[in-house]
Amino acid sequence: MLGQCATVHDRKRPGIRTVYNAIHIRSEPVNARATTHAWYKTGSRIFLQAKSYLSKWVIMSDAIPLSFRVPAPEIRPGDAPDFSGVDIPRAGSVRRPPVDSDPEELRDLAFTIIRVMSRDGDAVGDWTLDLDEEDLRLGLTHMMRLRAFDARMLMAQRQGKTSFYMQHLGEEAISCAFQRALQPGDMNFPTYRQAGLLIAQDYPMFLMMCQIYSNEKDPNHGRQLPIMYSSKEHGFFSISGNLATQYPQAVGWAMASAISRDSKIAAGWVGDGSTAESDFHAAMVFASTYKAPVVLNIVNNQWAISTFQGIAKGDAGTFAARGHGFGIPALRVDGNDYLAVLAVARWAAERARRNLGPTLVEYVTYRAGGHSTSDDPSAYRPREEGDAWPLGDPVLRFKNFLIKQGLWSEARQAQLQAEIEDEVITAQKEAEAIGTLSSGNTPSARDMFEDVYAEMPPHLVRQRQEAGF
Amino acid sequence: MTGSTTTMTMIEAIQNAHDIAMQRDERVVVYGEDVGFFGGVFRCTAGLQEKYGPQRCFDAPINESGIVGTAIGMAAYGLLPCIEIQFSDYVYPAYDQIVSEAARLRHRSGGDFTCPLVIRMPVGGGIFGGQTHSQSPEAVFTHVSGLKTVMPSNPYDAKGLLIASIEDPDPVIFLEPKRLYNGPFDGHYEKPVVPWRDHDSGTVPQDYYTVPLGKAAVRREGAALTILAYGTMVYVAEAATADTGIDAEIIDLRSLLPLDLDTITASVAKTGRCVVVHEATRTSGFGAELSALVQEECFYHLEAPVTRVTGWDTPYPHAQEWDYFPSPERLGRAMRDVMEAV
Repeated sequence: MLGQCATVHDRKRPGIRTVYNAIHIRSEPVNARATTHAWYKTGSRIFLQAKSYLSKWVIMSDAIPLSFRVPAPEIRPGDAPDFSGVDIPRAGSVRRPPVDSDPEELRDLAFTIIRVMSRDGDAVGDWTLDLDEEDLRLGLTHMMRLRAFDARMLMAQRQGKTSFYMQHLGEEAISCAFQRALQPGDMNFPTYRQAGLLIAQDYPMFLMMCQIYSNEKDPNHGRQLPIMYSSKEHGFFSISGNLATQYPQAVGWAMASAISRDSKIAAGWVGDGSTAESDFHAAMVFASTYKAPVVLNIVNNQWAISTFQGIAKGDAGTFAARGHGFGIPALRVDGNDYLAVLAVARWAAERARRNLGPTLVEYVTYRAGGHSTSDDPSAYRPREEGDAWPLGDPVLRFKNFLIKQGLWSEARQAQLQAEIEDEVITAQKEAEAIGTLSSGNTPSARDMFEDVYAEMPPHLVRQRQEAGF
Repeated sequence: MTGSTTTMTMIEAIQNAHDIAMQRDERVVVYGEDVGFFGGVFRCTAGLQEKYGPQRCFDAPINESGIVGTAIGMAAYGLLPCIEIQFSDYVYPAYDQIVSEAARLRHRSGGDFTCPLVIRMPVGGGIFGGQTHSQSPEAVFTHVSGLKTVMPSNPYDAKGLLIASIEDPDPVIFLEPKRLYNGPFDGHYEKPVVPWRDHDSGTVPQDYYTVPLGKAAVRREGAALTILAYGTMVYVAEAATADTGIDAEIIDLRSLLPLDLDTITASVAKTGRCVVVHEATRTSGFGAELSALVQEECFYHLEAPVTRVTGWDTPYPHAQEWDYFPSPERLGRAMRDVMEAV
């Protein structure tokens, strides 16, 4: 008798006709049937005469059919790319508040985009940093190195030298610049698209490649999927591969630093899609409650594999605005603007370091490549969409900025590009001389039984013997 | 062992283990829902916040994934978190953090990062807790490589195992049979509880000691039959043995993983008969693992099929709790069947 509809005339309110949904709350099927029968028979004229009658039925709501909404992007393959909905403020137009501002006074920063480099190639506005020439050149070098590294490793995967690869194309500025805001001892809890955190510390590309090839020099002993690097020494927490699980861990690490009265801070990383994970919200609760010294980063590259961001976010304003309910200051920044990323990262890191608590930062960017080597983006978005992305290419923009400032030239750019490619090729040759996944020079199968526990328990000793290693 | 002893309930023993561990090592931090000011809904962390301050013992938001996730980050930093999940029935939101993160960190990072972490939680029924306060989820942890899983059955073991777990370099799932918190369960629910102060196992040294993980205890030596039990079921096994008069050897596993297989096989080789008893549901339960191991290791000593007595494969009921709970009568019937098998 669920949801039975009837048109009812209430005798106390003559002339008012209402369509009701009703649900029977007593198990009196005979009566219920009789009642329904009566309703059918009398058509639109039912008089609710007795309270006992009402007690058998609970009036639920007007019987308007509900509708189910599934958000979908307006643009799909075959359509012309359209980013007219992305509101991009002029570079330099967003204010830079003091780091100890009341979070309530920072709410506007979650609905704008902090940008430093203008279209004319100048650094403008409050967020402009005083960087020396060496810092600027390093920024460009790191981004170019990461891009060249990606290109070679993507090719190596296509050549069958390893199983899998994930590139950063279009997102190089974020991790390369962010790392420059940290200090030795700080800890990143990265996802799979922040290798710039290592590159910007001159972590050996050779070791990264050994990890990608799962060869005998792989620091992870061939146990992890390619690009799941780990280096405690470089403040780079072991990448999991599960999404958002490391967000609360970053908060916990930061809480531990505060408990220990240390001076180190942590940084968590998550993508736009995985802000939907419960762990994102768990991290925000703990960061908010304990004012953990952590920078919580959201890399919004518009796409979660094939899923557009409306699925993770619904109609909510921005991902950054998720911080507001937790009282966490939230900033939105142009992720393709090296100088803006560095400026915001320093602001957020300073807040953490000064015990002012967590900051949520959304980097607005675009994943110009596939999600991974197992992905074909042309199946779900226009091929031309990356070129139409209004925030441009981070490497090109930064190069043009340096040229405009008189610090760089096309000739030096070409020379640097050639040097970087040489470095990458040299590292690749060294790594491949050790071995690749396909060449078979991978760690011994005996090794998989190690490090499950600090000390191998008897059942694993037996299994290793059984396996014949 | 030196120093004086006293009588403690299992709750007091667990509280005392925390106290000693926190006293000995300032890296030990304790938190969970209601754990700080109030001292836990079962009082296992009573007084710790007052003694060590809110920096080291504090209340957590009701978010199990966040509790475990932050603890993993703390452990990676270098602290030794010992956290409480209020009931084991609430642990499932944290399962991803436990399985994919805590258990895997050492291995996947080549030993670069480790996760010395203890996750405590009350388990089991017998307190009319219904299906969300009564479950025994040990098998969902023993199935995961990289975790250790222990379950004490008395105050002495609870204290020694908890200190050992906190000192362990890997993540330990510490399961506390809540039916035993205040007094040993003699197996017959309708009989009054014997307070721990009147029980041999309630005598606990006041000072530091450990009970090593991976070592079972023989609670009763016997020649006729081996009973493999842990937690509350140790007392059911004792009751069934007394009721049937069968000369059973009762092994309290204490540590499910690592498992003391040597003690198990030595006993079954001697008795030739084995009954496994646990409160958790049967299918794919830890009893299946025990049964398989005994069959693999002791087949030619066996006089009868290995038999399991377990909770039924149903949700844990409320009103029908004692029909679900493996009783001394059910265990006794299984023991007689195993003795009568040719």
